[in-house]
Amino acid sequence: MQALTQGLVSGSTHLCIGQEAVPVGACEALRDDDPLITTYRGHGWLLARGVDPVDFFAEILGRDSALNGGRAGSAYMSAAEHHVYGENSIVGAGVPIAVGLGLACRRAGDGRIPVVSIGDGAMNQGNVHESLNMASVLRIPMIVVVENNGYAEMTPSAMLTAVPAAQRAAAYAMVGLEVDGNDPQAVRDVVAGARSTSLESGRPVLVEAHTHRLGGHYSGDAQAYRPAGELEKHRQSDPLVQGRKLLSEEQAGRVEADVAMLVEDAFERAVAIAAPKAEEAGTHVYAR
Amino acid sequence: MSTLADVQALSYIRAVNLALEHALATDPSVIVLGEDVALPNGPFGATKGLHAAFGDRVIDTPISESAMVGTALGAAMGGLRPVLEVIYADFLLVAMDQIVNQVANARYVSRSALTAPLVIRTQQGHTPGACAQHSQSLEALFAHVPGLRVGVPSTPRDAYSMLRLAIESEDPVMIFESRRLYPTKGDVAPGEADAGLGVSETVRRGSELTVVTWGTGRALVEESLADAAAPSVDLIDLRWLSPWDSGAVIESVGRTGRLLVVHEANETGGFGAEVVSTVSSALGSGLRASGRVGLRGTPVPAAPPLAQAVLPTVSRVSEAMSALMEV
Ligand SMILES: Cc1ncc(C[n+]2csc(CCOP(=O)(O)OP(=O)(O)O)c2C)c(N)n1
Repeated sequence: MQALTQGLVSGSTHLCIGQEAVPVGACEALRDDDPLITTYRGHGWLLARGVDPVDFFAEILGRDSALNGGRAGSAYMSAAEHHVYGENSIVGAGVPIAVGLGLACRRAGDGRIPVVSIGDGAMNQGNVHESLNMASVLRIPMIVVVENNGYAEMTPSAMLTAVPAAQRAAAYAMVGLEVDGNDPQAVRDVVAGARSTSLESGRPVLVEAHTHRLGGHYSGDAQAYRPAGELEKHRQSDPLVQGRKLLSEEQAGRVEADVAMLVEDAFERAVAIAAPKAEEAGTHVYAR
Repeated sequence: MSTLADVQALSYIRAVNLALEHALATDPSVIVLGEDVALPNGPFGATKGLHAAFGDRVIDTPISESAMVGTALGAAMGGLRPVLEVIYADFLLVAMDQIVNQVANARYVSRSALTAPLVIRTQQGHTPGACAQHSQSLEALFAHVPGLRVGVPSTPRDAYSMLRLAIESEDPVMIFESRRLYPTKGDVAPGEADAGLGVSETVRRGSELTVVTWGTGRALVEESLADAAAPSVDLIDLRWLSPWDSGAVIESVGRTGRLLVVHEANETGGFGAEVVSTVSSALGSGLRASGRVGLRGTPVPAAPPLAQAVLPTVSRVSEAMSALMEV
């Protein structure tokens, strides 16, 4: 946030403030080598997967990061070493790719299973429909996590979606689950269950996590569309606020101080990284 | 090199089938997927016998082109070598996001940490009676996109060897076959992929005019050259549009001074313009005259007389050649 206000980031970012419990809980339940695909709002997933915050900040800042060397930016980051096959800036586009990763995992037979996170708005993309049907008929284990934050861009989801995500799962003969997406432990347990159900049944499983976006759709979003009082109400259920209640005042203070230091340190180190070299721009288009 | 005994006359479609069989037999990471490719043996027979031989490595998919391409991409990033059949090139348009935004970017954005070694095979072009949604030639659209490789085989030998090269490539490759050419026969040397990716074939040598073509254009040009009045032509079958063999074309036009590009795709914004522009930049006034013959700026009509009026024909190629010879 600080970097944005300082004008260090070119373009916009899509922050997942308020939604942290979904990636944190889900990654607890997953194997570290389960392939992961997210949306442009995937920062939380990358960090929960263990991506170094220095690399992470450097990529957003357009530095010569260890991740993608400034080619991906905020919305299209990948971390192959961490089995993150990419954020995606095209709504819904990650789901078919997850089907293919699932096919590869099934062939490898090593118990891995891909997880793809999408927003509830993405449920209305043709791609997603095609992929859920295809994964189901081809018997491909995978988990689709739908992060329902109440909005699709700037329009309330309820205005755009005839049948909620979890209910749609039945139409594809797959299990659809719902979970309080602000409770990391609940998310962990439901995703763990989804993982074994999917592997056992050989079909995809959908998990709809109900959460809230405590910021705008993107960094420059003034949120004029928000009804008065809505944000304040949602702040009560912020997973960070809830999580704090599980700790003593002293423990919470210590965690907050540690995190603040970690973030500040990572940010400073990222800012110090050089810009990518211009001659790099033409490389890696083809294998040779 | 294969011996003469290995060389057999095969149909174009059988050559495709043989290349797929070879890939499945020699590389366990190869899978074949598409609509009707497994149990029904392929809409045009390209995958005949493969499901029987290779079981669940040959997969029938739902009619979901976008999900099919995405699945091939995910499988490729996950370590497999998928060969996807899309029945008609026109249907690629349903999957443009996955091809252009997803497949083509995987390597670049990750600096090769993620790669997408997949093949999309399809067939394209006019077949009499087929409507405008089953007749387009779309190679220029995809050759335009950095990150994709594009090949347009015009003979059974190339249908075989180019597909082999495509499957072995570390890059995503699109192969545009031609349904009209499927029954044509020619010598194929199974077990061998001869020409390299991006390498053209000089079909015949001449001194007055360079004609560059690919796909169905090749037969058309050869027919035009059967005319005794035809000039002495250097005929180059480009075979690949990405990468394309600009060196061979520039060398040839450097000798002949004249260039004609013949393709079935629409002329407007087409790849012929790319060829002419590249040669012109390289040779300056060494290029005395150039021209293009392609589809004349319309969708492809179904009725044969209408199609004849807008598609490249032998007479249009002959006229273009004589016009260039007058410059
Ligand atoms: C195919 C496509 N259409 C439109 C957009 C523009 N767009 C970006 S995010 C977004 C809203 C997506 O909402 P949702 O899936 O609920 O995810 P959220 O942003 O709430 O996480 C839209 C319409 C896009 N990126 N891709």
